[in-house]
Amino acid sequence: MNDDAEIVAEFLVESHENLDQLDRDLVELEQNPGSRELLSSIFRAIHTIKGTSGFLALDRLERLTHHGEDLLSRLRDREMVMTTEVAGVLLRMVDTVRALLDLIESSGGDADESVEIDSVIAELKRILATPQDAVPVEEPVAEPFVETVVHVVAEPVAETAVETVVDVVPEPVVEPVVETPDEVAARLPVPPTPPATPAAPSAPMEPAESAEAVAEDDGTATRRVVDSSVRVDVELLDGLVQLVGELVLTRNQIMQRTDVGNTDTDPDLIRAAQRLDIVASELQENVMRTRMQPIGQVWAKMPRMVRDLSLQLGREVSLELEGHETELDRTLLEALKGPLTHLVRNSLDHGLEAPAARVALGKPAAGRLHLRAFHESGQVIIEITDDGRGIDPEKIAAAALTRGVVTRDALARMEPRAILDLIFRPGFSTAEQVTNVSGRGVGMDVVRTSIERIGGTVDLASVVGKGTTVRVRIPLTLAIIPALVVGQGGERYAIPQANLVELVRLEGQDLAEAVEVLADAPVLRLRGRLLPLVGLSEVLGEPWVKAEPLTVVVVQADDVHFGLCVDDVHDTQEIVVKPIGRQLKSLMMYAGATIMGDGRVSLILDIAGIARERALVSPDEHVDDVRAAAVDSSALLVLEVSNGRRAALPLTAVSRLEEFALDRVERSGAVQVVQYRDGILPLVWLAAAIGLTASPPPEEQLSVVVHEDGDQRVGIVIDRVLDVVEEAVVSSDVGRRPGVLGSAVVQDKVTDLVDLDAVVGPLLVGAR
Amino acid sequence: MSATTTTTGGSRTIARQYCTFWVNGLHLGLSVEHVQEVLRYQQLTRVPNATDTVRGLINLRGQIVTALDLRSRLGLPPRPEDELPMNVIVRSRGEVVSLLVDDIGDVMDTADHALQPTPANLPLTVQDVIHGVVPLSGSILLVVDADRAVDVSGVTDTLTEGAS
Repeated sequence: MNDDAEIVAEFLVESHENLDQLDRDLVELEQNPGSRELLSSIFRAIHTIKGTSGFLALDRLERLTHHGEDLLSRLRDREMVMTTEVAGVLLRMVDTVRALLDLIESSGGDADESVEIDSVIAELKRILATPQDAVPVEEPVAEPFVETVVHVVAEPVAETAVETVVDVVPEPVVEPVVETPDEVAARLPVPPTPPATPAAPSAPMEPAESAEAVAEDDGTATRRVVDSSVRVDVELLDGLVQLVGELVLTRNQIMQRTDVGNTDTDPDLIRAAQRLDIVASELQENVMRTRMQPIGQVWAKMPRMVRDLSLQLGREVSLELEGHETELDRTLLEALKGPLTHLVRNSLDHGLEAPAARVALGKPAAGRLHLRAFHESGQVIIEITDDGRGIDPEKIAAAALTRGVVTRDALARMEPRAILDLIFRPGFSTAEQVTNVSGRGVGMDVVRTSIERIGGTVDLASVVGKGTTVRVRIPLTLAIIPALVVGQGGERYAIPQANLVELVRLEGQDLAEAVEVLADAPVLRLRGRLLPLVGLSEVLGEPWVKAEPLTVVVVQADDVHFGLCVDDVHDTQEIVVKPIGRQLKSLMMYAGATIMGDGRVSLILDIAGIARERALVSPDEHVDDVRAAAVDSSALLVLEVSNGRRAALPLTAVSRLEEFALDRVERSGAVQVVQYRDGILPLVWLAAAIGLTASPPPEEQLSVVVHEDGDQRVGIVIDRVLDVVEEAVVSSDVGRRPGVLGSAVVQDKVTDLVDLDAVVGPLLVGAR
Repeated sequence: MSATTTTTGGSRTIARQYCTFWVNGLHLGLSVEHVQEVLRYQQLTRVPNATDTVRGLINLRGQIVTALDLRSRLGLPPRPEDELPMNVIVRSRGEVVSLLVDDIGDVMDTADHALQPTPANLPLTVQDVIHGVVPLSGSILLVVDADRAVDVSGVTDTLTEGAS
């Protein structure tokens, strides 16, 4: 009995995997009806299920798959042609097979009549009996078939797919004739049904690949690397991750105790501790990697979903998927499925217009839905773009007003982007009439909440009439994050690096000038912008006393920036996020807790929670912030380069400011360099690079602006940093020369605008 | 046979063995099935803004455990400053929580004694946490309901309401 159960369990796992592949293949096949490789793969999958179900005496499953196999073999042998109708029936069969498998999993057999199979079988039979447009299977087709495929296939098949497919068509389109690939190719210039056909969606099946696979022999074309991988229970993996977390913490404790300063420590122990450090770090990295899964798993479900939805909604959609290989943590992937499905559904339902409306607007009948995933600075970014009608801020504003989400007064002061953001507000969505009015916004607050729950953010950009892009940012992993440790009232608290913007320390005159109290609310003037200040002690329920010097941690969450005043700043470190008990769940200011190197527990601050609790998230705040963000991008770092001459660099080009002792400068060929962060940093003297005479060398320290380009760094030597300005500068051609784009008046003084590429270019090329 | 009687009691488990401890002179007992371990004083990390009953967080071999002061939970006067509490580590509804007590007693077998209803004149704050008493020869054992003891939601609610 046990053996049987094991066999059945294995059969279920395998079959579910096969079915996922089937879904993908069938949708693809609909767009790529010529592909024998796809057909064979589908046929094999169903055949395997049929065979095993016969062996396990699962009669109904066997009967169903038997009929499915009949239809598939006819398709494979070119006795029939794939149409939307055929695909529909096959997909129904797959769904029923899946339902039967679920039934087997829950009840141990497939006999229960709750899963109905007869209507599907009837459908299959009907399709098999229907002659397709009375086109008889011509003799010549069967014969030269093999040859034609092998020799001619390479281009024609692929082209056929690209040119003649209407990706997902509402009404069934019956392909009229069975043709050999070259016949199709010959006929190509005049496609049969003329709806403007977009290019096939990022069909993963490259022309060359499919041709190769066909040529190779259908039987051996494999898709997955089976031999080199092992199936592991997710629970086991989760356990492993947890253990590694413990190990990392223990490692931290040991490292602290065997610190170099501790002279009486046994040198052997120190060596062992260092070794432990390295091994633990590597182990951590590897184990985290085992949990990483490609987003392709989510993408794989999309073609089928989009197909079904567009049929249902009467849309034509060309789906493009990009970045299948982008990896992220399993738990995050799971948590993303819901929101992503919701966003795609929204795009289809409210974003894309019906085909006729699109044609009337001069757009292609098939709407474009582009899903893209990629890594950017330690985060995964997912973009969902459609070329539909976009979101009209005015309609959103009107809807928000009627629903009482904002006041007319607040609305008047909002920028279009902030208004678009209103659709994420709870209370905005869920009502039907909002859908009608705004065309979008059902459950967007739910989407935002679920993405924020995993530490991510969502925002959207939209152009009326052109389309909408929703951008989701999520951290790579949840379990171990970098954080800044700060001190307050004798305890340490961790602030996730993702929330961190900058650190500001003020004393004396600066403090008096920069911090003002408006109606009991302290604010900080920071580069021309007012930042609300919150004392961490206040957040923690103690009164706040303005200290001197004042240490401000500038943080952001939900597009809100504010300054958190803390007693001390310790260091940044990797922390293992641990949940806190039910008793503390109501406290918004904590995201969890972690264990420090000395074994003590520290709380992790939830910046978004603090912002909410301090009521910093208001519509007005939003507006200010959007403005500030817009200005930020044009911020300039103003430098003194040579005897009081001023130059400016875009702040975005600056990765760090460093000081190096003069004696650290070494030579490498013609270039002067310093050793910096396990690498070599080439230096360029800005004065010389922009045609000025250099100041006399400084006595001890070199001020250097570090610029990063990919993984290359260049150090730009300057006299000193003067300021960061956010004035909108008007550049003039006066003073234009190699290394200088022009000059502008910045803070009432003429300032050279540095041509960064010209200055660092030679060194980057040299390093390459 | 006796095993079945211990497990079929539902929420009012009629346990036979109790891990006992002392809080402000009261002799309290928890069914041994709920008690994971007993620890000496552990360093606590304070949780600002939490209810008074939450005394802090402790590091239990890498797991972060909330420590609740049983004196506060029972509405009893606070422990003198110079006395360090002991930890009774309790499992309740899938979570591990530490109850801070004054002193640890023996594990007692009460097979010969019946669980009796809580005397009605005990303070309500105490009645809230215990689900019966077992009169022993030397003392009266108050049997603590672990799930009730670690539930501070009622207290939390009133606090936040008062704050806002």
